[in-house]
Amino acid sequence: MKWSEFFVTGEPLIYAADVAIVLTMVGIVFVLTYFKKWKWLWNEWLTTVDHKKIGVMYIICAVLMLFRGGVDALLMRAQLTAPNMKFLDAQHYNEIFTTHGTIMILFMAMPFIIGLMNIVVPLQIGARDVAFPYLNALSFWLFFFGALLFNISFVIGGSPDAGWTAYFPLAGNEFSHGVGNNYYAVALQISGIGTLMTGINFLVTILKMRAPGMTLMRMPMFTWTILITCVLIIFAFPVLTVALALMTFDRVFGTQFFTMANGGMSMLWANLFWIWGHPEVYIVILPSFGIFSEVVSTFAQKRLFGYKAMVGSIVGIAFLSFIVWVHHFFTMGAGPAVNSAFSITTMAIAIPTGVKIFNWLFTIRKGKIRFTTAMLWSLAFIPNFVIGGVTGVMLAMAAADYQYHNSYFLIAHFHYVLIAGTVFACFAGLHYWYPKMFGHILNERLGKWTFWLFMIGFNVCFFPMYFLGLMGMTRRMYTYSAGLGWTPLNVVATVGAVLMGIGFIVLCYNIYYSARYGERDMTGDPWNGRTLEWATASPPVHYNFPVTPVVEDVDAYWVMKKKYGGFHVKEEDLKPIHMPSNSGRPFWMSVAFFVAGFGLVFKWFALAIVGALFIVLGLILRSFEDDDGYHIPVDEIKRMERAARKGA
Amino acid sequence: MKWARWRAVLVLPFLFLFGGCVERTAVLNPQGPVARMQYDLIMWSVGFMLFIIVVVFTLFAVFLIRYREKPENAGYEPPDEEGNTLLEVVWTAIPILIVAALAVPTVKATFALEKPPTEKVKPITIHVTAANWKWIFSYPEENIETVNYVHIPAGVPVKFKLTSVGPMNSFWVPELGGQKYAMDGMETELILQADKPGSYMGRSANFSGEKFAHMEFEVVAQTGTDFRKWVNEVKQTAPKLDEKKYTQILKPGLVGRMTFSNTHLQWIDHAKQNSHHADGKPMKNDDQSDEAMTNSHHHGE
Amino acid sequence: MGEAAHRYDETLPLEYRTQESRLNILGFWIFLGAEVALFATLFATYLVLFQRTGSGPTAGELFEVQDVLIETLLLLTSSFTCGLAIFEMRRGRISGLIAWLLVTLLLGAGFITFEIREFIHYVHEGATMQTSAFLSSFFVLVGTHGAHVSVGIGWMILIIIQLLQRGFTPKTARKVFIVSLYWHFLDVVWIFIFTLVYLLGMVI
Repeated sequence: MKWSEFFVTGEPLIYAADVAIVLTMVGIVFVLTYFKKWKWLWNEWLTTVDHKKIGVMYIICAVLMLFRGGVDALLMRAQLTAPNMKFLDAQHYNEIFTTHGTIMILFMAMPFIIGLMNIVVPLQIGARDVAFPYLNALSFWLFFFGALLFNISFVIGGSPDAGWTAYFPLAGNEFSHGVGNNYYAVALQISGIGTLMTGINFLVTILKMRAPGMTLMRMPMFTWTILITCVLIIFAFPVLTVALALMTFDRVFGTQFFTMANGGMSMLWANLFWIWGHPEVYIVILPSFGIFSEVVSTFAQKRLFGYKAMVGSIVGIAFLSFIVWVHHFFTMGAGPAVNSAFSITTMAIAIPTGVKIFNWLFTIRKGKIRFTTAMLWSLAFIPNFVIGGVTGVMLAMAAADYQYHNSYFLIAHFHYVLIAGTVFACFAGLHYWYPKMFGHILNERLGKWTFWLFMIGFNVCFFPMYFLGLMGMTRRMYTYSAGLGWTPLNVVATVGAVLMGIGFIVLCYNIYYSARYGERDMTGDPWNGRTLEWATASPPVHYNFPVTPVVEDVDAYWVMKKKYGGFHVKEEDLKPIHMPSNSGRPFWMSVAFFVAGFGLVFKWFALAIVGALFIVLGLILRSFEDDDGYHIPVDEIKRMERAARKGA
Repeated sequence: MKWARWRAVLVLPFLFLFGGCVERTAVLNPQGPVARMQYDLIMWSVGFMLFIIVVVFTLFAVFLIRYREKPENAGYEPPDEEGNTLLEVVWTAIPILIVAALAVPTVKATFALEKPPTEKVKPITIHVTAANWKWIFSYPEENIETVNYVHIPAGVPVKFKLTSVGPMNSFWVPELGGQKYAMDGMETELILQADKPGSYMGRSANFSGEKFAHMEFEVVAQTGTDFRKWVNEVKQTAPKLDEKKYTQILKPGLVGRMTFSNTHLQWIDHAKQNSHHADGKPMKNDDQSDEAMTNSHHHGE
Repeated sequence: MGEAAHRYDETLPLEYRTQESRLNILGFWIFLGAEVALFATLFATYLVLFQRTGSGPTAGELFEVQDVLIETLLLLTSSFTCGLAIFEMRRGRISGLIAWLLVTLLLGAGFITFEIREFIHYVHEGATMQTSAFLSSFFVLVGTHGAHVSVGIGWMILIIIQLLQRGFTPKTARKVFIVSLYWHFLDVVWIFIFTLVYLLGMVI
């Protein structure tokens, strides 16, 4: 391979990006060296096994990826603002929509959700950490280096360009000659392994490590949704693992799974992809439902309405999510009987989802609603998600779907469910749990600005797309001709996208502003919360709870406050606390995955083997490791508790 | 009151939207029985969806306004209610009824779309081959072939037999009806019909690579006599297509409209086999006869 | 973690005594659930593609009955000896445990040897992964299982070394137990491969 092919060249945008990347890296290295922070970075973050710090790192990555995916989106909107625009060429546009989709789902929504669940779930169930803290660190670093591998395709070798669905034969060797789709296959594989391990980890954590008294039917709703999400991950992600492995074999080793000759079958890819892909959207939406449940209940100052029905409906949705995948390609011609069956299963998802909507509404009813930023996001979710939901039912009707399929109607629908569902939830969760993460509150005034800009921008951007779809505009077109009547609505959509971008900037400014001037949370319970995470200090001491709390009801902390005036710890009850040791191995093993992956992408097999050997070495070292963690002595706990509770 | 002001701000962009931006084209302008059946189904569902939206939005607005925290209700303590079984049953049952009301016509229409809309007229068959990035239309009975445009008789059901030499495309003429995929080594069938003579735009709805956005074609519906006249004219005036020329057409890129007085089906039918080399050259039938046996996979039958 | 991690229960078998061990064993069961999903996907892929042989050989023309029978015999026996190893562990006899583990991994190594021989044979007949969709799916399905068995062998070696170094501890006992779960699981997968790949291939 020539160097000129190794680095992406020929585009001023790319050169600017190259410069920006180099400058940023130099800047980071300089700052770390100047302030002598290398050691701090290694000891406190890169080697940590603390679920709260891992969660924070997930969220930082997710926000960065939201920026990257958002810039992709703005570039696309700029190109589509007017007919026959010359801003981006076809190839460029194709790469951008591919990376936009892949990044937003797998490297933004997933880590944001996983980050929040890392921070919150152990706190909500009264645990000191997750079941497998070491594995948790490995999950994060695999995600991180998977995302990094995917992102460097932008400047090294070229980005994937066959859409985030990477349908064959377009994504196969026959039509995609560069390394772009190798990046797709390998990077998603690496981060997917991390996600699978997270699923196992949290399932065991929730099943086995709940505080005494917390039966399954007393778990906070967010924890419930995570439990079900883990089950989805465990059964859906292996399908992705296989699909991506087969893709890698086809592209790197010349097998014939999805090729056009020698018996290959491209439809198989579409099936495998969506057997994973549909549960995947529920993997990002169910935790969002959990976040909304927590926030709505807290700020309506009222118990969640219909708890049992809520649990039943998430189980129902999770089950249905595995038997609807064909609705992503009704137009493949599988026959009317198959299409009808999948139409009905798909529409059936509306039933448990409807149950949830009404239960949220009735949680608000008779409540005393406080319009905090987190609550605004959660409330806005209801009408916006209903619009996305009902259009989803319309799309589920096979005969009608032939007219919606792959049009902007579809684009509008899934942005309405994924943004109003997942992104609103991430923002709600971020504002809600921010004091738990960092000890200060995100500024409410700036938060509301973000909310209104983003929410209005979102509607202005995506609502017109329903009509663009009905007017015949198909997705993934890099340009369109004048005279089709699509221009005015496209202009409106671009305006909306810009508003969303401004909203994001305000959010970033808010993070900076609040870090400097934000109100410190000295109580640990700034929102008058109902669940156990609010019984800890903000931010919690790394062992979370000095003694394990005892749970008496769903809203465990609420009951504690009512009955006992809070969560009180007697110093004589303290016992030494066992904690896991930090380890640098998850980090360097993930680097080895990155190296092996990079070798595979470029078919530099020697490099891939070197990476693989280091992975094996890491596994062997882990097997022989005899580190059982350490104990925090009682005096130390007393000291830390006094320090953490200073303000209370 | 603050909330009402916020809602007003929200409604403004939509008013702006509906005031003239939406044109009744494509799906909203059905020009044949297939598209009309789908349009009716869409409108049937829109009714229910608007009902759901109105119910949810009303409850939402009422609850938000009534139960917000305000100075007057500072001492109010929300009740500790766990739920209400009757209500749960109600809001489970109503969606089930709505889903049923949508499922029945959906299933009916989904089956109906696989058959010609009318039994009285004998349908005509046109083979459609998607290639990078053009549409090739072959008329096996008339023995003519066109590229990037197609003539059909109005009032007659047209059976489009879809296949592809390369990436998957989707054949979509929104004014005449919904789409179906065209895939390599497979054959799918889409039946469309135009009510009256006219010109309808079609395009690929499934991303198939670099110049996919330009994969447009025109469907020209004519009266029966005009269509016959056109066929005869093509037969007399259009050049013959040979394998060399055909291979050239298949090369990735854009081409204009073309017309030929024979079809490529006489030497290759891409639907019947895995038939492709990476360079876009079709293989010979006899090279592949074994494979054609094992791989012919007729879909959608 | 916390106190719970060191809650020690004498009444349970050695591998279940610490909370950490109980978590690990449950986690591994769940991991096996994910493995079931993984192999199910590979089987589904194989069943979709196994008649799409292109210009390559069909399953009936290709498969070597003798090698496959030997492989089956070796692996099934190894699952039995692995069970004996756990039996010895429950009786507290470390030498018996190690001896049966060694027998198990030797049988596993025999299985792998015959499988590699079988693969080499196919490749010599011109049936490679690249020949047809059928062969791609065959090699990937059976090869994934073979790779799992190889990992299992390496893993067992590591555990035997640890047993020799540390003797019976709740931790080594738990590791032995988990690797035995893994080994039995691979045995079950092989039974499916034997029926759905080899038997089916020779019948159709």
